[in-house]
Amino acid sequence: MQKPDMSVELAGIKMRNPVMTASGTFGYGAEFGEYMNLESIGAMISKGLSLKPKAGNPTPRIVETPGGMLNAIGLQNVGIDAFISQKLPYLSKVATPVIVNLYGNTLEEYGEVASRLDSLDGVAGIEVNISCPNVKQGGIVFGTDPQAAQEVVRLVRRSTSKPLIVKLSPNVTDVVLMAKACADAGADALSLINTLTGMAIDLDRRRPILANITGGLSGPAIKPVALRMVWQVARNVKVPIIGIGGIMNARDALEFILAGATAVQVGTASFLDPSAAQTIAQEMEKYLIDNGIPSIASMIGALEV
Amino acid sequence: MQFKSMVISNVELSPGYFRMRMSAPHDLLSAAPGQFLMLKVSDAIDPLLRRPFGLFDVGTFSAEYAGCGIQCYCEIVYKVVGKGTKMLAALHHGDLLDLLAPLGKGFDMGEPGEEKLLVGGGVGLAPLYYLAKELIARGDKVRLFAGGRNRDDILCITEFERLGVETYVSTDDGTLGERGLVTQVLEGHLASSGMRIFACGPTPMLKAVALMAERHEVPCQVSMEAYMACGVGACLGCVMKGANHSDETPDYRCVCKDGPVFDSFELQWS
Repeated sequence: MQKPDMSVELAGIKMRNPVMTASGTFGYGAEFGEYMNLESIGAMISKGLSLKPKAGNPTPRIVETPGGMLNAIGLQNVGIDAFISQKLPYLSKVATPVIVNLYGNTLEEYGEVASRLDSLDGVAGIEVNISCPNVKQGGIVFGTDPQAAQEVVRLVRRSTSKPLIVKLSPNVTDVVLMAKACADAGADALSLINTLTGMAIDLDRRRPILANITGGLSGPAIKPVALRMVWQVARNVKVPIIGIGGIMNARDALEFILAGATAVQVGTASFLDPSAAQTIAQEMEKYLIDNGIPSIASMIGALEV
Repeated sequence: MQFKSMVISNVELSPGYFRMRMSAPHDLLSAAPGQFLMLKVSDAIDPLLRRPFGLFDVGTFSAEYAGCGIQCYCEIVYKVVGKGTKMLAALHHGDLLDLLAPLGKGFDMGEPGEEKLLVGGGVGLAPLYYLAKELIARGDKVRLFAGGRNRDDILCITEFERLGVETYVSTDDGTLGERGLVTQVLEGHLASSGMRIFACGPTPMLKAVALMAERHEVPCQVSMEAYMACGVGACLGCVMKGANHSDETPDYRCVCKDGPVFDSFELQWS
């Protein structure tokens, strides 16, 4: 049989297949070049970048939980200028779209970081993080208040002509409400879900394990929640969706596609296996071949209910 | 490198401590002492993450059956502390594991002719064995200061002695060697010139060794341990504070990528 068409287009970004790497789990890309072919996946998403370098949280920052892990890294990053001068040149040589994940401590910072990326050819798109559970933004939590989220998205929209993806938090009462708010404010695509806020306790020491007390839960444990949210949002919002949450293999990824995602992000799986994203992309193609499916596009939202 | 490895042997050294030998590609022979590997204990999602272990040894062997050429192996020594290591202890010859190795920055072996002082606490002795082997092969004089709470924590002393290492043992309860801390024994042997210290063990021990080395002006490297998810510098879970770290000028070092071996003056010990 002919090879299936694995390509997808998302908010104007053309990708050879729907597999992207989730922000914060793929470093700045170079860390993984030794273990996989970076040109075998659809897109790479950078670690979350801020206007100034950020130190991150005290340690312990991570702890394993059944079927998952909690992290409270605190958005440690080199800052947008160092990213552009030190990290982007390596990534630009790779023939795979680079999407820059960014966040701000204030509304203005979101706009400032986005505008610095606007003129760079090596940046295919922007993913705005309004949903990190581990950093407090002076009382305003952009990811859980639809109006605050809209303000951020509108400002970033004005600051750049790049494709704009907004990454949503699952730590809300109504994810569809947040999704609609962001789409209305100008998001070209939505990625979901970010980590679920969680906690781990050391019984004998009577202390929280993470220095930050709470952290973000990721890994296979959150996949059912993520699938449900992707499905809900896909039915109610017109913009394309990137499914994220506990994707460990091709079957997991394809379930998200069926639920309505145009693309997926592989996150925690890259920690256990640095070539996970490549393997998942290859295995997805094999599934289509084995089942006589001509294109991945035909599976998007094809869930029968 | 990422590779599939077969368990060759997995034996209990003393209660709760195991030594495991695994097959390895020949490229691993160029691993530096102090580098580590990460292994996935099972394909299941619990435990989810890989576990890091310092390289206890790498080398070649020829199996005692027909048709088997020279093969490369790597070894780890580990303590059963949780779910992952408990599962590891149940593995047998022929079981397969997925490995990432060699990872991180190993020991700088220093100048030939210097006296090399190795300081290990408990399972921290593991990476010092491969280091001792390489140092002895180069003709250096090597002393080992091994410490633990009791005699069960003193691992592979015979193996060190067989290499030609002079060993000094101390235990908290006096069940083997001198009663007391390994650092007290070490201090009695320190002179300010022509020496170099290599230490691996619990952080309080490393701190004591680092501060002692500074007082005596002896160069000192420490091999750190930390929780980590990836081992390749991406998760940023395993960071430690660099010597000049402050809230205003943060300086975090990844144990997996910048270490696990650091010059003791690189880190903040307060």
